[in-house]
Amino acid sequence: MYGLTIFGLTIQEGSVRVALFITCVNDTLFPGTGRAVVTLLRRLGVDVDFPAAQTCCGQMHVNTGYRDEGARLAHHTIAAFSGYDAVVVPSGSCAAMVREQYPRLPGPPGFAAAVAETTPRVHELTEFLVDVLGVTDVGAYFPHRVTYHPTCHSLRGLHLGDRPLRLLRKVRGLELVPLPNEEECCGFGGTFAVKNADVSAAMCADKVRAVLDTGAEVLCAADNSCLTHIGGTLGRQKTGVRVMHLAEILAATEPVTGAAGVARGGRGGAA
Amino acid sequence: MTRTFLGLPGPRPGAAGEGFPARAARAVRDSQLRFNLRKATRTIRARRAGVVSELPDWAELRRAGKAIKDHTLRNLDAYLLQLEEAVTRAGGHVHWAADAAEANRIVAGLVRATGETEVVKVKSMVTQETGLNEALLAEGITAYETDLAELIVQLGDDRPSHILVPAIHRNRAEIREVFAGRMAGWGRPAPEDLTDDPPALAEAARVHLRERFLATKVAISGANFAVAETGTMVVLESEGNGRMCLTLPETLITVVGIEKLVPTWRDLEVFLQLLPRSSTGERMNPYTSMWTGATEGQEFHLVLLDNGRTGVLADETGRQALRCIRCSACLNVCPVYERVGGHAYGSVYPGPIGAILTPQLHGMESELERSLPYASSLCGACYEVCPVAIDIPAVLVHLRAKTRHPVAERAGMAAAGWVLERSGRLARMQRLGGRLRRLAPERLPGPMGGWSDTRDVPELPAESFRAWWERTDGGRR
Ligand code: SF4
Repeated sequence: MYGLTIFGLTIQEGSVRVALFITCVNDTLFPGTGRAVVTLLRRLGVDVDFPAAQTCCGQMHVNTGYRDEGARLAHHTIAAFSGYDAVVVPSGSCAAMVREQYPRLPGPPGFAAAVAETTPRVHELTEFLVDVLGVTDVGAYFPHRVTYHPTCHSLRGLHLGDRPLRLLRKVRGLELVPLPNEEECCGFGGTFAVKNADVSAAMCADKVRAVLDTGAEVLCAADNSCLTHIGGTLGRQKTGVRVMHLAEILAATEPVTGAAGVARGGRGGAA
Repeated sequence: MTRTFLGLPGPRPGAAGEGFPARAARAVRDSQLRFNLRKATRTIRARRAGVVSELPDWAELRRAGKAIKDHTLRNLDAYLLQLEEAVTRAGGHVHWAADAAEANRIVAGLVRATGETEVVKVKSMVTQETGLNEALLAEGITAYETDLAELIVQLGDDRPSHILVPAIHRNRAEIREVFAGRMAGWGRPAPEDLTDDPPALAEAARVHLRERFLATKVAISGANFAVAETGTMVVLESEGNGRMCLTLPETLITVVGIEKLVPTWRDLEVFLQLLPRSSTGERMNPYTSMWTGATEGQEFHLVLLDNGRTGVLADETGRQALRCIRCSACLNVCPVYERVGGHAYGSVYPGPIGAILTPQLHGMESELERSLPYASSLCGACYEVCPVAIDIPAVLVHLRAKTRHPVAERAGMAAAGWVLERSGRLARMQRLGGRLRRLAPERLPGPMGGWSDTRDVPELPAESFRAWWERTDGGRR
């Protein structure tokens, strides 16, 4: 089993406390992603906790202009994860929210200090795997043609760089194909997709075209919200391309199509 | 507080009462416009990326640009006085304008004093901001734009749609039509056999403008930078037409926003590297004109314009917008701008910078102004390319928190906040959703319908993650 290295200290399994911040979107809509994260981390020797008090990071409220409501959710989130050595988040945008926006939010006395104390321990999933655990080969098997969309908050907010690609390249059987113009936004943007639905759809149409150009069977990303948006369009257009959270691919070990992954991208498209 | 005039167009191409979403939806359906924009923004984007990546110290230059601007803005009162003194010492005249109307009044008065009724103009954003051309026309003075793209816009009775390339929404066939049909009404006509070959179009413009330069005695310009220590004005352009205006006429009137100052020539060095690479994707700017005060036999007037800027300066988060050097890199990289163009933003400042500048300078009274901070998916591409590191997404979010929200949305957000504040409430909602999931409609109700028109709605799972965790002890049972 792995000894866990956090902040340069190698600590034997059991003595560090790692929490899973599943995020409200995954919790409510994509439990399969959460189960995949648990499976994956256990396989790597990390037994995560699920602090039941957690709910939502507050991003939707803050980014839509409801700063005070969002800040209350931020206070709640910081409290829910206090005392953990590491917090793993399978969402680039929620991790970016905590790291970039929490320090700017108003709060009760002690909030700023708690944020400063907690945020360095918050890791997006691929950061946790590559930087904290120091692994790129997670022992996954996924014999499919896959393309990866970096998502804006993973790319420009968290600067995940090539961490996800390094992990994907080590997946046995997986053929990784580059996504043209990958750095371009898919047009989701939270409530942007509702408030400016036409522009959002036009952006997504270009993203979908790029995905189809790759000939990939599966589009993956480190964020289910963007995948819901792109996958919803892929599904509506009956393209047959599945979307999967990166964690679901990394958790897969059986050479059976869709074993660990949850097929999405359409009503009735789920297996 | 008086409302700042920001060159907002009248009923055309869409009233300020119409929000960005409706204007953008219309623009998105214009396939010719989308084709023109896509081609133009992608070309210039790639060129910028190329010349920026070849500078190993770009990150430091960017940090320096930000720091110099921040320092200047913090000490603006002192630098403005220093500039006034230096300009006056060099033989120029300095005028102070609190708002657009005052600036226009000053300029019109100065032109009238020369006895002239025609002026040539160097491409300038700030005189568009004040609506100077229209104000001069009302005083019987005709202003002729001399920048090629501004000429296309003026002849076509059109509106600029980009900071740097005002006619970016036009392709060359459309430009040929404008020249062939309209030049004669403004001066020397276009040649009979004009084609849409770019050199032929440029030549037609050159011949048309040349007559104007030689005949006109008054010129009006903006400035990219004003150096406080010497009182020097700096204009960057790529055609040389600006330089004709800046040197030939007897009277030169320059209108400058108060945020355009840099303290010293040493500071200027940083921006002369940042600006061309960010804007046109060139290593060096082709025509950089600098002048200090007035030369013998000529007259120079400087109009320093506030027009809402000191108000912006008072906002701790919002004030970074005043660092902007109008390079337009944020427009060229913006996925929203690329698909809707500049007119949808309803202001002379389009794109991401417009979305944070217009509501700040102008207030958020109208539907349009309130909708501008939402004209972004917060993808962060603008922040990444901005040569003075304006965190545009952060300012957008900041402005969103200051807007008045629709009643239905407020209720929805309050309800969502109430549910999400306690994990027990969230769990109950998830259980309810799981039971009712078969009843979920394929088309979402109300404003959410925009989502389901082009995308499938994700199916609710029978069991949430937290319910699974509880039931199986995290998969251990
Ligand atoms: S905001 Fe930045 S990128 Fe945009 S025009 Fe201004 S300086 Fe250029």
